[in-house]
Amino acid sequence: MTHDELLSKLFPASHNVIVQDGLVFGGGTLGGSQPVHVIGVAERSFLGVEGAIALAKHVLSAVKGTARHPILVLVDSRSQHMSRHDELMGLNEFLAHLAKCLLLAAAQGHRTVALLYGGSAAGAFIATALACDTLLALPGANPEVMDLPSIARVTKLPLEKLQEMAAATPVFAPGLENFAQTGAVAQTLDPAGDLAAQVLEALSRPPASDERDRLGAERGGRPRAAEIATKVCREAKTA
Amino acid sequence: MSQATTKTQRRVSWFEATARQRLAALLDPGSFTEFLGPAAREISPHLALFSLPAQFDDGIVIGKAKLRGHEVFAAAQEGRFMGGAFGEVHGAKLVGLLRAAKAASRDAVLLLDTGGVRLQEANAGELAISEIIRAIVDLRTGGHSVIGLIGGRAGCFGGGGIIAGCCTRLIVSEPGRISVSGPEVIETNRGVEEFDSQDRALVWRTMGGKHRYLTGGADCFVDDDTAAFRAAAIENLAGRTPLTVSVLEAEQARLKARLRRFGTAKDGSEVWQALGVTNPASVPGMDTEEFLNAVRAVRESADDAR
Repeated sequence: MTHDELLSKLFPASHNVIVQDGLVFGGGTLGGSQPVHVIGVAERSFLGVEGAIALAKHVLSAVKGTARHPILVLVDSRSQHMSRHDELMGLNEFLAHLAKCLLLAAAQGHRTVALLYGGSAAGAFIATALACDTLLALPGANPEVMDLPSIARVTKLPLEKLQEMAAATPVFAPGLENFAQTGAVAQTLDPAGDLAAQVLEALSRPPASDERDRLGAERGGRPRAAEIATKVCREAKTA
Repeated sequence: MSQATTKTQRRVSWFEATARQRLAALLDPGSFTEFLGPAAREISPHLALFSLPAQFDDGIVIGKAKLRGHEVFAAAQEGRFMGGAFGEVHGAKLVGLLRAAKAASRDAVLLLDTGGVRLQEANAGELAISEIIRAIVDLRTGGHSVIGLIGGRAGCFGGGGIIAGCCTRLIVSEPGRISVSGPEVIETNRGVEEFDSQDRALVWRTMGGKHRYLTGGADCFVDDDTAAFRAAAIENLAGRTPLTVSVLEAEQARLKARLRRFGTAKDGSEVWQALGVTNPASVPGMDTEEFLNAVRAVRESADDAR
């Protein structure tokens, strides 16, 4: 689904969402009934220091407003911008800043929902989609940590062998289905149905806490994480 | 410990030490209680698929302890095992520790030493990093501090760098490199003209501990010495305030000012020049004392806007 198609489905009446240098800013009335703030990354753009701070600024101004409207994060990105400039400026602080702004917005009573409709990877994924309380996705979305050829290079395994292994376990291979199984994606939406209604429905069900590890155990993509975290909490209580 | 042994104590390199040695030197003697230690044999369920050996602690040691009498929760990554990278069990141990710290109303100290996500279990590692960030923010908005200590051989890369950016305070030594994309990653993706990962001096000037301290990416610069890390951790734990929207507004202003002031610089030395460091070329060669004396007045401080 293209960015424009997505916007017309989410905001049938009107919206003022703009795309500037691959960054998404604005707002609209979801399904004609629920006002939301919108930020995001479009056009498979990389997210660098300038982009991260601009998005964070938009989140902070939403938080400073009196209305606690939800924040919708639309994501079709690549990874963090990999460059000497970005690292010289301290990209880790800029991405952390954006993630913290989204998490603080949620703590201040804003629902934060990301909709992944394209790609996303590595640091850009962590600072945007994964920093929201709820991550929704559309079929065809392609989240990844690293593409298989690069994983092959780093792990020094033949690509064919990796592809074979990827079919057997969701734990390392790119793709929506694999990430959904690990619990990252709360729900994959039906593109043929009423998208705005599906997002509104997700907005009405705020998670009480970070449930992604429990979801990953249920779906089989992260067999141990929830259990390990629970065991640690239990030991800490009795130690 | 008697006065005499304190005086004659030899310097112990943080960089060379293992995760367990660092914890032993950092925390009050005998105060550490490990959670889910090696005896529990919670190994990675995924490494065998890659014919890689597992480790009984999955490369991270977690537990509770005292730091000059103050109860803290502590975690130390082992950079020598899989580059300290985040896998499913490794990450979940840290997630659990931070959630437990929240439940027990304790501050946390994180001894970060990591290449980022463990690619053999990349999706689980990536998600764990996101859960860790969320748990840190939870802990901090509740008024507790999370102190990051960075000076290990694996540095602090990838999602580890983003975790560092979420800590209340960061303590670094010269070998402590902090970045998202590591030198090899930039070179592989953008070419050697963009970044020559073999150029060690370039790596230090771009992401090394001195550069981060100079630009406010770290709050405290110490010798590569476990005793110095301990003293700094004690000092930096005291009197911190909760993470609030005003802190983030101040951080926004701080990061914007950095881009405005140094955004056109091509090299770390140009940033240091713009800061007003008298002889930027001499910075890499300075020892800790010389360095701190030379830059104290001109460095950018984060002023708790983190």
